[in-house]
Amino acid sequence: MRNPELPSAPQPPLVSILRQGGYLIASIHTALDDTQLQRFQRDLIEQVGRYRARGIIIDVAALDVVDSYATHTLRTLAHVANLRGAVTVIVGINPEVAFTMVRLGMNLDPVHTALDLDEGLALLDSLATGRRDQPTDRSLLRHRPVL
Amino acid sequence: MTAGTTAVERNTEDDMLLPELVAHLRENRTDLRQEWATRITDAHLLSTMTNKEIFSEATSVYDNYVEVLETGSVEALQHYARDLSERIIPRGVETDEVVGIVLLLRDVLARSLFEKYQGDFPLLNRILDAYEPAANRIANTVAVSFVEERERVIRQQQDAIRELSTPVLQVRERLLILPIIGILDTQRAQQFTEQLLRGIRTHRAKVVVVDITGVPDIDETVANHLVQTVDASRLMGAGVIVTGLSAEIAQTLVTIGVDLSKITTVGDLQGGIEEAERVLGFKVIRSGDAEP
Repeated sequence: MRNPELPSAPQPPLVSILRQGGYLIASIHTALDDTQLQRFQRDLIEQVGRYRARGIIIDVAALDVVDSYATHTLRTLAHVANLRGAVTVIVGINPEVAFTMVRLGMNLDPVHTALDLDEGLALLDSLATGRRDQPTDRSLLRHRPVL
Repeated sequence: MTAGTTAVERNTEDDMLLPELVAHLRENRTDLRQEWATRITDAHLLSTMTNKEIFSEATSVYDNYVEVLETGSVEALQHYARDLSERIIPRGVETDEVVGIVLLLRDVLARSLFEKYQGDFPLLNRILDAYEPAANRIANTVAVSFVEERERVIRQQQDAIRELSTPVLQVRERLLILPIIGILDTQRAQQFTEQLLRGIRTHRAKVVVVDITGVPDIDETVANHLVQTVDASRLMGAGVIVTGLSAEIAQTLVTIGVDLSKITTVGDLQGGIEEAERVLGFKVIRSGDAEP
């Protein structure tokens, strides 16, 4: 891990951002500290504008721990990206991470989630075409009134 | 350890005692073994085994016993005892029976030593000094091996039960069913969560139907745990449908005020599967000729 006091120093790629059609795919390769997270957010949002992305997939499969700051950053990122016209899907959340996040009350609620990259891409496609009969039917994954 | 120290302290004359003892036991093998088998039957030990079986096991134990006295090494006996336990535990032989028969053998042999050396009391004393620690060690070894084997069997069964208690079944592509049967305590609830989240990943599930028809009761902690599990599944991209809430459980949940508004519930398992199929885009059609 880099010294957080040197935020401007050149850093090895902790995150890679690829372009795939109208989507940006960001893979986080290792745990990021707060400064790195902010930098990641800034970069990604900047690229949404530059490439006119319609969707973002953030792959967190490599992370064993997702803390509250990371959760907060991911949510903010999704909101900001949304304002710039891109939908965010977070993919690859580990079983352990998922349960810990829920137990600690860390909420990704307004953000879309999917099992892995494939699923994330399928979700973005289905959101783009507005198909409601897909497995990604939000009625199950989101709120559904009882009765 | 005890045997080692004794050996060092023992003088050369005493060193001859154990071999002499062993020779005596070998000579009288047939009589002593018969005597022992009879006493086992008289004491109603090993009642689940036939006389013939008892006699054949008695022979093996006897030979092992004498061998330990001769060599001082319990390794072979340990091996045999474990093997024996493996065979007799499924037949319902209890710990007290096993300890009982080994102690009986000890007594039978001691009795025969008394008989042989009764004329020479000091010699008898020394013989017993040599015999007793070794005999106790043997009794210990057999009992411990038996208990260890039993514990191993119990651990194995516990693992099997744990494994069985929350099966994860795939019914269609990307559709899993998790039936829960029996009381859902905190430990089982945790295990359930683990199985469910792992199952989502391995089967790439989109929808999971959790059927709790077989759960008699649920408390607030477990209910909240269930809600958290559903949320966690959603983070992994899978929706959960809970089916088979009994009237009592539904009433309890409403009374204790668990927020189930975020969980999809369907009356029974069939309804749950139908709902899941609808979400996944499956359509089940009855083939033409079969009339309802």
